Amino acid sequence: MTDNAPGYPFGDGTGLALEPEYGRLRAEEPVSRVQLPFGGRAWLVTHHADVRKVLTDPRFSSRATTANPDGPRFTPQPLFPAGVMSMDPPEHTRIRSLVSRAFTGGRVEALRPRIAEIAGGLADAMLEKGPPADLVSMFALPLPVTVICELLGVPYADRDRFRELSDALLSTTALPPEEIFAAVMALNEYLAGLIEERRAEPRDDMLSDLVRARDEDDRLSEQELVEFGVGLLVTGHETAATQIGNFIYMLARNPEQLAALRADPALVPQAVEELLRHTPLGAVSGIPRVAVEDVELSGVTIRAGDSVIPSINSANHDESVFEDAHRLDIHRPSNPHIAFGHGVHFCLGAQLARAELQIALETLLIRLPGLKLATDGDADLAWKKGLLIRGFSELPVTW
Amino acid sequence: MSEANWKVEVTGACIASGMCVGTAPAYFELDGDRNRSVPRSARPAPDPLLLSVADSCPLEAIRVHDAGGTLLAPLD
Ligand code: HEM
Ligand code: HEM
Ligand code: SF4
Repeated sequence: MTDNAPGYPFGDGTGLALEPEYGRLRAEEPVSRVQLPFGGRAWLVTHHADVRKVLTDPRFSSRATTANPDGPRFTPQPLFPAGVMSMDPPEHTRIRSLVSRAFTGGRVEALRPRIAEIAGGLADAMLEKGPPADLVSMFALPLPVTVICELLGVPYADRDRFRELSDALLSTTALPPEEIFAAVMALNEYLAGLIEERRAEPRDDMLSDLVRARDEDDRLSEQELVEFGVGLLVTGHETAATQIGNFIYMLARNPEQLAALRADPALVPQAVEELLRHTPLGAVSGIPRVAVEDVELSGVTIRAGDSVIPSINSANHDESVFEDAHRLDIHRPSNPHIAFGHGVHFCLGAQLARAELQIALETLLIRLPGLKLATDGDADLAWKKGLLIRGFSELPVTW
Repeated sequence: MSEANWKVEVTGACIASGMCVGTAPAYFELDGDRNRSVPRSARPAPDPLLLSVADSCPLEAIRVHDAGGTLLAPLD
């Protein structure tokens, strides 16, 4: 074990260029020791194959991570056990099989027209206001927020409240721990109230379906139901909203790719895959896992009890899998990226997020054909601060 | 193999999410070359885990039938 483990994460969570340390580690030390801001050291795993192994091998546990609240982590407050993300099979399998049905490819296809309608309405509002406009508040954020709120059945009027609380939940240093905790409690309370309403008066929304899965089959506990709803609201907001802004920025900084996409909008689905691969959404990726047995990984022995960080961002930039990995290339023929994770925790919202991102790009390219950033350099851009996610809090655009 | 064994297939809709492989490694493995999941056995003995996994696949790419050919999962 090296004594001078470097601090991790490498960057301050701003900028969309993956820090050079990852490339060096992939070449020299693909499984290496790093020092986390709180709770000690972990193994950082940087090769595509090893990351996929950590994410599928049952000897790496998510549950064990939250079972040891003072263990290595990115947040000052101890980890609290919450939601599907911190479960292992078979507990995890039971919940996923109950909730997955609402998110399958088929269900999402049926939602496309409604997503396109919401996106079209937002583009109308931008055109009506006229340039310049903030893409984040006028388009990138309201699109997934509206979709997830409609899906769950959360009243639209409550969405600003949600955004505040969800921001607080994903923050590491921006807010004191008490405030983060208070936000979690407030979200739980809100959801519990909404669940009571649906129980009394079921509607045609996902929350009503989930209440039914609890009440009729008694297979989802009350707490699981609330936690799951909170998890969905938070992840359903933040991720897709941030990536819409990031994608527009990346395309603006790669004008030849943007021109190719404008010339042939049929390329949008594969462009979205390439943008997902190339754009590191997490300042780090996902929650650390803990080895429950000794495991050998690229010649390094990981001891039972050690924390492991499978770097999705690094895997997506692995030169042995992606030719010219640092290049954004929407024509890439094969793209086995793992931006939505891999294995048991593979993103529940992946198909929904894909639909949202594709429709967002199509709508913006077609309705605002001259779309570009309103600032030339990066100096004026406002990055999200203290959050675990990389992206813009505002993105001024013109057309 | 018993007469009562189920039939499991993974269709071309598979996107190699690894969900089934991580959840039920005894039943599925990833074919790296084709970048998709394949069942380790096409006719496994009945096991409710197979139904849960089929219900969890994000693309509904896993089809589980009983010996008589009735679709067991995924169901709407
Ligand atoms: C950017 C790096 C990320 C870090 C450091 C991170 C960290 C965390 C932490 C510490 C928790 C609490 C875990 C627990 O106490 O059980 C959590 C929960 C969760 N995370 Fe992340 N996360 C990240 C990105 C993501 C992404 C990209 C997603 C996918 C959309 C995601 C989905 C979730 C979900 C669904 C939960 C459970 C929330 C709940 O049920 O309350 N995370 N994450
Ligand atoms: C661009 C958008 C998104 C990206 C890049 C993304 C990425 C991810 C990743 C990497 C994970 C796995 C984390 C890990 O294993 O540590 C994950 C899990 C998850 N995501 Fe997403 N996500 C996105 C959008 C969404 C949306 C829109 C939703 C909800 C509607 C969602 C819900 C979830 C949930 C519930 C999990 C936990 C699944 C589980 O533990 O079984 N995600 N996501
Ligand atoms: S869960 Fe479905 S999409 Fe994922 S690897 Fe298995 S069959 Fe393929």
